[in-house]
Amino acid sequence: MLPYIINNSIFNMPNLFKIKPSVGLLSLPYSLVFIFFFFIPLVLTFVISFWDYNEYSIIPDLILENYRYIFENCFSFENGMCVTFKTYLSTFMFCLITWFFTLIIGFFVAYFLAFYVNSLTWQIALFLLCTIPFWTSNVIRMISWIPLLGRNGLVNDFFLSTGLTSTPQEWLLYSGFSVVLAFVHLYTLFMIVPIFNSMMRIDKSIIEAAYDSGANGFQILWNIIIPLCKPGIVIGSIFVITVVMGDFITIGIMGGQQIPSIGKIIYVEMSYLQLPAAAANAVILLFLTLLIIWIMTKMIDIRKEL
Amino acid sequence: MKKNITRRNMLKTSTAAVGAVAGAGLLKGFPAIHAADAPVIRYLGTAVNMGDAVQKRLFDDTGIKVKFIVKTTDEVVKTIFTQPNSFDIVDSEYFSMPKLVPSGNLLGMDTKRIKEWDNVTSAFTKGEVAGKKIGDQGTAPKKVMYLKGSNSKEFASEPTQHVTLIPTVYNADTLGIRPDLIKRPISTWAELLNPEFKGKASILNIPSIGIMDAAMVVESMGEYKYPDKGNMTKKEIDLTMKIFTEAKKAGQFRAFWSDFNESVNLMASGEVVIQSMWSPAITAVRTKGIPCVYQPLKEGYRAWAAGFGLPATTKGRQADICYEFINWYLSGWVGAYLNRQGYYSAVIPTAKKYMESYEWDYWMLGKPATADIMSPEGKKLASKGEIRDGGSYEARMGSVECWNATMDENKYMVRKWNEMIAS
Repeated sequence: MLPYIINNSIFNMPNLFKIKPSVGLLSLPYSLVFIFFFFIPLVLTFVISFWDYNEYSIIPDLILENYRYIFENCFSFENGMCVTFKTYLSTFMFCLITWFFTLIIGFFVAYFLAFYVNSLTWQIALFLLCTIPFWTSNVIRMISWIPLLGRNGLVNDFFLSTGLTSTPQEWLLYSGFSVVLAFVHLYTLFMIVPIFNSMMRIDKSIIEAAYDSGANGFQILWNIIIPLCKPGIVIGSIFVITVVMGDFITIGIMGGQQIPSIGKIIYVEMSYLQLPAAAANAVILLFLTLLIIWIMTKMIDIRKEL
Repeated sequence: MKKNITRRNMLKTSTAAVGAVAGAGLLKGFPAIHAADAPVIRYLGTAVNMGDAVQKRLFDDTGIKVKFIVKTTDEVVKTIFTQPNSFDIVDSEYFSMPKLVPSGNLLGMDTKRIKEWDNVTSAFTKGEVAGKKIGDQGTAPKKVMYLKGSNSKEFASEPTQHVTLIPTVYNADTLGIRPDLIKRPISTWAELLNPEFKGKASILNIPSIGIMDAAMVVESMGEYKYPDKGNMTKKEIDLTMKIFTEAKKAGQFRAFWSDFNESVNLMASGEVVIQSMWSPAITAVRTKGIPCVYQPLKEGYRAWAAGFGLPATTKGRQADICYEFINWYLSGWVGAYLNRQGYYSAVIPTAKKYMESYEWDYWMLGKPATADIMSPEGKKLASKGEIRDGGSYEARMGSVECWNATMDENKYMVRKWNEMIAS
């Protein structure tokens, strides 16, 4: 117990200091960092989202114009869905599909690493393999997908030479498909790590006991491993969903800039100095992301499980 | 010519190199004038046309050092608003002036202190090339050039002593094409939306520039004749975006691009055969050995222009150094350097002095090259016998139709552009 040791050995020993370090004092440095670099900027973003602006300055005010602008035409469906709803719908779809695939792939990769690979050296080596997508920059990745998925790329060459298709398949690149592919390729690791961590904490004797009691492989997986991996699954899901919700670089590059994302709208507004409008969009994005996380943490109490 | 990204890397190393040169110079007993405190200029800009050779030459000629603050066009504007004292000189575009000047953050620059002012090309000062009026739709430099005084926040309609920016560089932009994949002549902006190129066209996803290219296309299709493409009404914006939204839904575009390198990749890989493009991107594709033409079109070009501005607080010695730097910049060596990259220098007669006559004939007069044409970095750009795309200075700048612009309905335009992307 660190506070206890400090209490006795340093602070009380010569009786020079009357202060007793409380939990509050010990957490002060981090709290300050948190307040200055997270809480205050967030409050400012919220405040500025109610300000007015013109071409070259932002004007203190209290208006709902920025929010009204975002939802303009959103509640009359005469001309189809409004941009904001379309954009969020598309982002939610990417979230859902990416979450599904990263979860399935991530779970089974973690399962393999935790239960089938017995040597620590191999576990580390295979883990490093999973990090390969992070070794390259966005620019390199952007360039390297073209020779693979492009009109004259390897996949299309294969399709054409085997006679599977007679014309190059254009949906492979700059499409929803390529966006999901890139997301899954990038973010499966975010699922693998926490799920693997959960699996390593499972007492092997529980599995042996289940096996001895006559449970088959599927029953062990469904009734023991999955319930005990829930914290890992939820943490991994939070990582993946928050990253995909705010992404605009991957969607931009892999979607050929033809697929909308909230991040891109915020980025464009900021580059045209429409800061209050960008702030309002950011507040809504933050609210929705927090809502999703809140629902997920309602499903499972992470603190209790850890 | 180097690609953007490598040039930025070059800047880092070159700054270090200049530092090293300075250090060595001091050891050997440096010229007394500048040895006391070698002036350093904080240069804010995109620096896409500033290689390390420029810095070295500047230091050799004047003893001034430059520290680059490299940002994108939009970020440069943002920095002038939010941190007006974080730089000594800014390299900005004229179309930002309607936004920037009312903020009062820029100094009205004194043309009496510019030695070559009388030689600044008439494309800037009068909107004329070779005595002939050129297109002035959009934010043409002459509209936002003159101020009512050194601290004025208002533009003057007649020439005055004080200007917003001292012009440096400009060019005429058009569509880039892959002649080997299109295999027929292209002569109009309307070809961008020709169904023949379905899934093989692209336009840039920077709303303020993209909308101008879009307007050129709409007008050449005969859909609408804009009174001023650079200042559309809401109705005109709606019309333009409707045509592009329909084309997008029909699958006309392979991708949009927002980064210089993306446009190079799209073109070099053959994913796209016709698109909005910038001059250095064409060169980057060509230096890979892939044919790419900066196609002159009958409706004319979309032009842009840039120049140097100073923060409103500039005075005394700092002002002297900045004016010295600008005078050096316009004295010819840089002008030749810019011309060799395919841009144009604001002061043409001085640039001519620093170019070989065969270079001048190729770049400025549109004559067939009598020798291989090299970039400032020594890469081959064109072989003997080739002609510059679009021909001579007079043919290219003389056919300017409109200029990059900031519209009154900018906010609405950005919103409609976002809607098109989301459709």
